[in-house]
Amino acid sequence: MAAHPNTHHDHHELPFWRKYIFSTDHKIIGLQYGITASFFLFFGFCLMMLMRWQLAYPGQPLPIIGQYFGDANMPGGIMLPEFYNSLGAMHGTIMVFLAIVPMVFGAFGNYVTPLQIGAPDMCFPKLNAISYWCYFAGGIIMLTSFWVPGGAANSGWTSYSPLANIATTGQTWWLIGMVFLITSSLLGAINFIATIVQLRAKGMTWFRMPFFVWAQLVTAFLLLLAFPPLEAAAVMQLMDRLAHTSFFLPSGLVVGGEVMEVSGGGSPILWQHLFWFLGHPEVYVLILPAFGIVTEIIANNTRKPITGYKSLVFSVLTIGFLSFIVWAHHMYLTGMGTRVSAFFQTTTILISIPSVIILTALFISLWGGSIRFNTPMLFALGFLPMFGIGGLTGLPLAFNATDIPLHDTYYIIGHFHYIVAPGTIFAIFAGIYYWFPKITGKMMNETLGKIHFWLSIVFMNGIFMPMFIQGMAGVSRRWYDGGSSYDIAQGVLYLNPIMSISAWLLALSQIPFLINLFWSIWGGKKASDNPWDATTLEWTATPTPPPHGNFKTPPVVYHNPYDYSMPGAKKDFTPQNQPVEA
Amino acid sequence: MDIPYIVKPRPDTGVFNAKLGIWLFLASEVMLFGALFSSYVLLRLGSPDWPRGSSILNVPLGTFNTIVLITSSITMVMAWASLMLKNFSKFKLYQGLTILLGAVFLVVKAFEYGAKFEHHMFPKTSVYFAIYFTLTGLHAFHVICGMVVNGYLWGPGSKMWKTQPERFTNRVEVSGLFWHFVDLVWIFLFPVLYLL
Repeated sequence: MAAHPNTHHDHHELPFWRKYIFSTDHKIIGLQYGITASFFLFFGFCLMMLMRWQLAYPGQPLPIIGQYFGDANMPGGIMLPEFYNSLGAMHGTIMVFLAIVPMVFGAFGNYVTPLQIGAPDMCFPKLNAISYWCYFAGGIIMLTSFWVPGGAANSGWTSYSPLANIATTGQTWWLIGMVFLITSSLLGAINFIATIVQLRAKGMTWFRMPFFVWAQLVTAFLLLLAFPPLEAAAVMQLMDRLAHTSFFLPSGLVVGGEVMEVSGGGSPILWQHLFWFLGHPEVYVLILPAFGIVTEIIANNTRKPITGYKSLVFSVLTIGFLSFIVWAHHMYLTGMGTRVSAFFQTTTILISIPSVIILTALFISLWGGSIRFNTPMLFALGFLPMFGIGGLTGLPLAFNATDIPLHDTYYIIGHFHYIVAPGTIFAIFAGIYYWFPKITGKMMNETLGKIHFWLSIVFMNGIFMPMFIQGMAGVSRRWYDGGSSYDIAQGVLYLNPIMSISAWLLALSQIPFLINLFWSIWGGKKASDNPWDATTLEWTATPTPPPHGNFKTPPVVYHNPYDYSMPGAKKDFTPQNQPVEA
Repeated sequence: MDIPYIVKPRPDTGVFNAKLGIWLFLASEVMLFGALFSSYVLLRLGSPDWPRGSSILNVPLGTFNTIVLITSSITMVMAWASLMLKNFSKFKLYQGLTILLGAVFLVVKAFEYGAKFEHHMFPKTSVYFAIYFTLTGLHAFHVICGMVVNGYLWGPGSKMWKTQPERFTNRVEVSGLFWHFVDLVWIFLFPVLYLL
């Protein structure tokens, strides 16, 4: 493949700022997304570590760094409730919209999808760049909002009205930031779908696409169709805050002992409907690309085809469809009536079926494989039970009767963090360890990687497992003192320091990863074009690292995505673009 | 490798890239306006005294604007058809008319808004006005966006006709699809807000 001349017309070298800053190459944009999202992932984690101090040691001054937050936030190093609320709201917002989605969709999706389908770039490269810069602008707006009077948004990441309507200026910034982020996802989603539909290489039929690409395709549809209602809701809440309309304000609303001077006639429940119409597909946006990453790595490291590839594809399509009709299971406490609840209970239980099929198929894929326990595989294997715990603890939340006592407790926090934190974040780590050689041309260090994995999995569980116990005891997610002033929480207060110390140790456990990441770029062992003996096109049809335009000659696909250990084949992997011998 | 199917449709999907792109974009727009229409339904069902649109809004002006927009959709198609028939000067004429009709629509809308403000009817007056101004305002924003794109294709963007006529025709088709959608939204808005 390397002997072919460069057929790309764009021979001349671009200046630095065109090549790396305002680039339209999907690989550079993917890296831009990755770097920005990593920053926000770390930033969101820091917000949470601050909160964990307050939860474990309520009312005590935070040593050393506490003095730097100013009297408006932490006078004498003691956290004020308003600041705690800001931290909570922004932790959620940043982690979901600025860290995880841009990482799994923007970064991995952008870098890997065109390579896996044999495309020269994304379908609309300029749109791709615009999409990144919209995300960047949204991120800057969110960060800046910490310095506006009253601090950043403090009405929870869900921004329920009417609380959010009467909140400080930070909420307006939040809404404007969200409009930018929504626009970014929208443009990205259009680009992904068009790329996957239009730019598949010759022979890359739908059922020869790697599962990662399927996951990205469904994710893109979720973003495309679920985000606009939130945009509508954001516009309406902006109208409420700036033009003093009453979309979400009922008549006769009393705030601080006085009737609010608004026309009234609006509906607070309307916000919840619109928010969760986005919010529930959004959680699948967080998890489906993680499924994709994990599937690639498990297939590669078990050296056998994925069990039930088509079941996986149909499951992910079913999840995509069903995720649009489950949203109101977040709203059982609003008193929607039993018929509406019954509908949403049914759909919610239905959606667990394809999720279980995916997890089961991945587990069965391990059976009879000759498993290589390298770092990406460890994280992928860690993902399976962690996602399993997160998924199974969701079942009681699907039913009205069991959801109501658990609603808004730490049980919920534990449930969805198991899916997103040790779930999706482990998949992100797996993906970084797996595709790092393709991106940089260097291997990462295995020993440091294994240390990183084992420490992370211990402390992740140290943070989130106790949450189930606290939640079942009735500890609310909104209590700013971790429950110390509530009678029902006294028996489980001892868990707070355990969770907090686990969180801080988890931060320290990332040091081996950071050393590994930066050291390997320069000092890592040199990687070949296909260091994992993989079958998919990003490894088999293009050099490491891939050049601008991705492929020197258009690849042609002859095989299924995971043809490992095929009977009669010379090697234990058959590249997708290896011609069939006559 | 260059990006394929920018001009010619991909044989198995039958569309060129931008056409698929605009249809996907319109799908998301349906969800955006769909959410607002649903909000309208929910707010109206929850209201004890929702006013009848025709008692507040100027129905003749609304009807006039509906005709203006439908006509502009026709001229938009004519502009594209002229390009298909390789008649560039006719394209200039019809495309120009489309933009002009868009401007007429906005001027009429501005008069309607002004009359409401004069009578102290603002978005904060009632939920009816809140949804009226939000929906029509967002729609007007779409009209402006469509006019900007059409204006670009009428003016500086039309240079492409000399170098890549087929690609230019595609661009007009794609912007036309967007323009028809904006028109279609109004066709839903008009009866919902003015008549019901």
